[in-house]
Amino acid sequence: MAKYKRVYILAGHYGSGKTNVAVNLALKIKQDGYNVKIADLDIVNPYFRTKDSLKELTEADIQLISPAFANTNVDLPALPQEAYSLVQQKDFYAVLDVGGDDRGAYALGRYAPYIKEENNYEMCFVFNCYRPLTRTAEEALEVMKEIEFACKIPFTAIINNSNIGNDTDAEIILSSQKETERLSKLTGLPVIYTTIREDIDVSLDNKLTLKLQEKYFDIKES
Amino acid sequence: MAEKVLMKGNEAIAEAAIKAGCRHYFGYPITPQTEIAAYMAKRMPKVDGVFLQAESEVSAINMVYGVAGAGFRVMTSSSSPGISLKQEGISYIAGADLPALIVNVQRGGPGLGGIQPSQSDYFQATKGGGHGDYRLIVLAPASVQEMADLTIKAFDLSDKYRVPAMLLADGTMGQMMEPVALPDVEPVQVEKPWAVRGTKMERKHNIINSLYLKPDVLEKVNFERYERYKTIEENEVMYEEYMMDDAEYCVVAFGIAARVAKNAVVAARKEGIKVGLIRPITLWPFPTEVLDKAADKVKGFVSVELSMGQMIEDVKLATKCKKPVTLCNRSGGMIPTPEQVLESIKNLAKENK
Repeated sequence: MAKYKRVYILAGHYGSGKTNVAVNLALKIKQDGYNVKIADLDIVNPYFRTKDSLKELTEADIQLISPAFANTNVDLPALPQEAYSLVQQKDFYAVLDVGGDDRGAYALGRYAPYIKEENNYEMCFVFNCYRPLTRTAEEALEVMKEIEFACKIPFTAIINNSNIGNDTDAEIILSSQKETERLSKLTGLPVIYTTIREDIDVSLDNKLTLKLQEKYFDIKES
Repeated sequence: MAEKVLMKGNEAIAEAAIKAGCRHYFGYPITPQTEIAAYMAKRMPKVDGVFLQAESEVSAINMVYGVAGAGFRVMTSSSSPGISLKQEGISYIAGADLPALIVNVQRGGPGLGGIQPSQSDYFQATKGGGHGDYRLIVLAPASVQEMADLTIKAFDLSDKYRVPAMLLADGTMGQMMEPVALPDVEPVQVEKPWAVRGTKMERKHNIINSLYLKPDVLEKVNFERYERYKTIEENEVMYEEYMMDDAEYCVVAFGIAARVAKNAVVAARKEGIKVGLIRPITLWPFPTEVLDKAADKVKGFVSVELSMGQMIEDVKLATKCKKPVTLCNRSGGMIPTPEQVLESIKNLAKENK
């Protein structure tokens, strides 16, 4: 059996870290020697786009398919036409970075028939139990149902991306395991990855390492 | 302290408002503050509150006027162009002596400008914005934690003095995510005997109004209101001082600019330049006294702003132009880098040894 599904769809609550996970998952697939492309399907939020990682992606030889106006002042909910190539051509792996909540997931609906027909995908719910509206498995399930209703693709897996930003440490990650396991039981879905920032030392199965993203307005007090 | 969660600045404002007892939100979507409205739309029904997306900003601010008159904690939020539309209503609210919170998550201007962060509504927020003699209490957060804390503070101050308050943030503060511990506060309960909530035929009815038919009465009301402003100026100034003890130069910056400036101050210190930072947290009342005192000590100031230079005028007024004040700025949605601020500090030091 192949190590990866052909298509990975990353959906979840707004601000759960889908884009960051998407970029790092694409990098991992590439590192394992597979050809992969990534698409930004976010039509809701004009900030924090996949395009912010353009340099890393280009360096890793991963093609980014991104809306024409991403990272400009043009706040248009437009999808890139090339995105169809990801679901219609099947000779490479694809990572789809979907917008937050049900509003963001509507855009995915137009690709749903192709994705379901091919039937070689993982529809991942990116979970951060430290986000105020998805603190519990029950709250997360509510969001999952709304997303599934919007995009017509049922979730098949969970990615635990629980973190509190720069203050995240091993303990923060480990204490998120319990709620993630509860969500897994509640939904019957497997937890395929737990994300760990590269500077944090935790040994876990199914670890997805996240590269550090430094912003220059982070306060670096001496 | 409560457990930390990961929040966007906009979400922190919304949740903190609910913690502060605000159960009425009226707004109209605009980037980069739409998450406040989206969060309120989800949360308000769960706490028995009201979320209403009005047909326009003008409508939303007048709904705020109404609820404020009834004596309930109420807020609206928008970004620069939308805040301009609200100015008439804000002036009426100030003229009727009502407490309310207006949040401005600023973007580039003038006009439609752009959706990237800016601080170019400083004049509008601190000098009026609408017509007539009035002030807003203006608070400028510099972290997601402060977005929450100052929202609560704004409600308390606004109730205490019957003066509308503005939280003046920017696109970066609204969009960035940071760990936040939401304070477990009991909302400060302020008696509002002036509120219009029905008399039950037990008292004379209250009137909420900003119209005065006799000029001498209006003048009296204005003078009385300015007495109240004086009390606020005396008691409610907030600022942060950073490495000012032995400073020979002083950077003045608020909000996101202060975060960048802090890194530049650290970098300058490493190069042997004794520089510190004064960060106004209340933009009105402005920390005039601390800047005036600093002017007797330091050799010069740099005002770091995401505008063409607005706060710099208040820095010059506060320091009575005793020392040179230079400007380090970006505009249109651009943010100065620590390197640019460091360069300005170096230039100031070179020219004022």
